[in-house]
Amino acid sequence: MTQTSPQGQRPAVSFEDRMATVDFRVAERAHITVDTDVCRSCEVRACVHACPAALFVPTDDGGILFNYEQCFECGTCYQVCDAPGALTWSYPEGGHGVAFRQG
Amino acid sequence: MPPETNPAPAFDVVVVGAGPAGSAAALEAARAGLSVALLERGPYPGAKNVYGGVVYGRILDELVPGWWEHMPVQRWVTRRSTMLLTGSQALTVDFRAEDWGRPPYNGATAFRAELDGWLARLAEEAGAVLVPSTTATGLLRDTAGKVTGVRTDRPGGDLTGRVVIACDGVNSFLAKEAGLFAKVSGKQAEHTSLGVKETLALPREVVEERFGLSGRHGQDIEILGGTGGIPGGGFLYTNLESVSVGVVLSLTGLTASGVRPEAVLAGLKEHPAIAPLLRGAELKEYSAHLIPEGGYDTMPELVTDGMLVAGDAGAMCLAAGVWLEGVNYALGAGMYAGRAAAEAIAAGDTSRTGLAGYRRLLEESFVLADHRRLRRVPGLVFSDRVQRSYPGLLCDVAQGFFTVDNPRPKPGLRRLVSDAARRRGVRLRHLLSDAFTSARSFR
Ligand SMILES: Cc1cc2nc3c(=O)[nH]c(=O)nc-3n(C[C@H](O)[C@H](O)[C@H](O)COP(=O)(O)OP(=O)(O)OC[C@H]3O[C@@H](n4cnc5c(N)ncnc54)[C@H](O)[C@@H]3O)c2cc1C
Ligand code: SF4
Ligand code: SF4
Repeated sequence: MTQTSPQGQRPAVSFEDRMATVDFRVAERAHITVDTDVCRSCEVRACVHACPAALFVPTDDGGILFNYEQCFECGTCYQVCDAPGALTWSYPEGGHGVAFRQG
Repeated sequence: MPPETNPAPAFDVVVVGAGPAGSAAALEAARAGLSVALLERGPYPGAKNVYGGVVYGRILDELVPGWWEHMPVQRWVTRRSTMLLTGSQALTVDFRAEDWGRPPYNGATAFRAELDGWLARLAEEAGAVLVPSTTATGLLRDTAGKVTGVRTDRPGGDLTGRVVIACDGVNSFLAKEAGLFAKVSGKQAEHTSLGVKETLALPREVVEERFGLSGRHGQDIEILGGTGGIPGGGFLYTNLESVSVGVVLSLTGLTASGVRPEAVLAGLKEHPAIAPLLRGAELKEYSAHLIPEGGYDTMPELVTDGMLVAGDAGAMCLAAGVWLEGVNYALGAGMYAGRAAAEAIAAGDTSRTGLAGYRRLLEESFVLADHRRLRRVPGLVFSDRVQRSYPGLLCDVAQGFFTVDNPRPKPGLRRLVSDAARRRGVRLRHLLSDAFTSARSFR
């Protein structure tokens, strides 16, 4: 879906296209895991809008769907989540994960 | 002092993290003739790193003489601006200095993959061994608790050293594991910001025309306001054939806002003072990284038995909305850490006492002197008044000052200030006390 920015200069970049500008060397093992059972009782859901890569997606049954593959490894989610046990957070194995070129 | 009882370590110094702090530490330790391992979890230095884009390189005069002839620079900053934004106004203080476009230069824009790669190469040339694609997963300690090395995620990947220098950035799990944050109050999220950035391509001539530049000259714009009321700020920096634009958002403010970070950035990009500068630019890379914002009062202990902490791992970034400096502090701290490690090893004592020279070197240099002097600035810049009221107040005063509506007589400046203050809900008493705090900090 493309939207036009208010100036009408060029179509705003879709989130998918935005993430497609970043290079990832995806590891086989997930470096972050989410316990969706804990998330079910979370009312804040800070991760959902704070994650700059938009990797936390609420599901119909009240849980959270999480995909580690396009993670920036920034640390925002584990810092804003207040629920003990909801997140396990570490870095991907050496050499994997995000690889910025123009950071 | 007890002799070192463990089997001979594999390296004199193990540095974790090949950011500016780590490479400076490795460079300085290698120059002192020590064997040094420089671990980096990314496939190349800089792969995991994001910043706004300006290096203030004065400290490099000491670390890398003649650095400007070798550093991979996009543009030399000769124009620095601070912009105060409200929804529909912009007040810019714009400063240019031709001197900054000549050696010894003042600041430069650069990409982290290039800058960090260059710094790590200097350490390698001095004899350090760069070990990329390797994550340190924990500390090794002897029975007395002294740090003796790190575990890594490589098979059989324990790496021992007489001194470990943790330069592992804002999330530093090594400093946390060593218990160095025990005395820092509050949760980390309360003194951390998220930076989100876009690198946008524009033809070189367009960058130069729009920003009023020629040759390799560049402009930095630091921005207060424009973050939709979330405490933080923004930046717009010029590269050779691109610009870097971003926002810096307090994590607690971002959480409370319910707004997505890239939406805040989109809002800034659409501001009437910013949009024309970006027209037609194409997104090259989107990125995000955390920033330790708390300054002096949120720094962990920097020394423990067998280990030193430098750079963002020690919260040494001076980041208060509009100010974003961290590379220079990381370089300085890394250099002093390398030096202190070498002195401690030469003296045969790498305990906390033997390494205490590090703290002294930091205290005597700009690294901790600046931070101590400016310790109140982060709180001030993140305060509601500075964030929400002052940009509007100053923009209103400017608008009043520049509006020409004769035949009405021109109002005096005092009238303009008091009217604007009333409209923006600012008490003169607060204005004075904040001015006093700033004056004391920056005196
Ligand atoms: C959005 C933003 C804008 C900024 N703007 C500016 C600016 O314009 N100018 C400026 O001077 N500063 C700026 N800063 C601050 C600056 O980026 C930091 O202060 C600086 O990078 C700190 O350097 P460092 O070496 O301590 O840490 P980092 O640069 O973060 O380096 C840490 C290194 O350690 C590695 N690492 C981490 N953990 C491990 C592990 N377990 N094992 C192995 N390796 C590991 C990482 O991959 C990384 O390479 C900005 C920061 C951000 C986020
Ligand atoms: S990860 Fe944390 S913040 Fe996010 S939904 Fe789960 S419990 Fe809530
Ligand atoms: S580390 Fe950052 S990018 Fe990765 S999931 Fe957490 S918030 Fe999102």
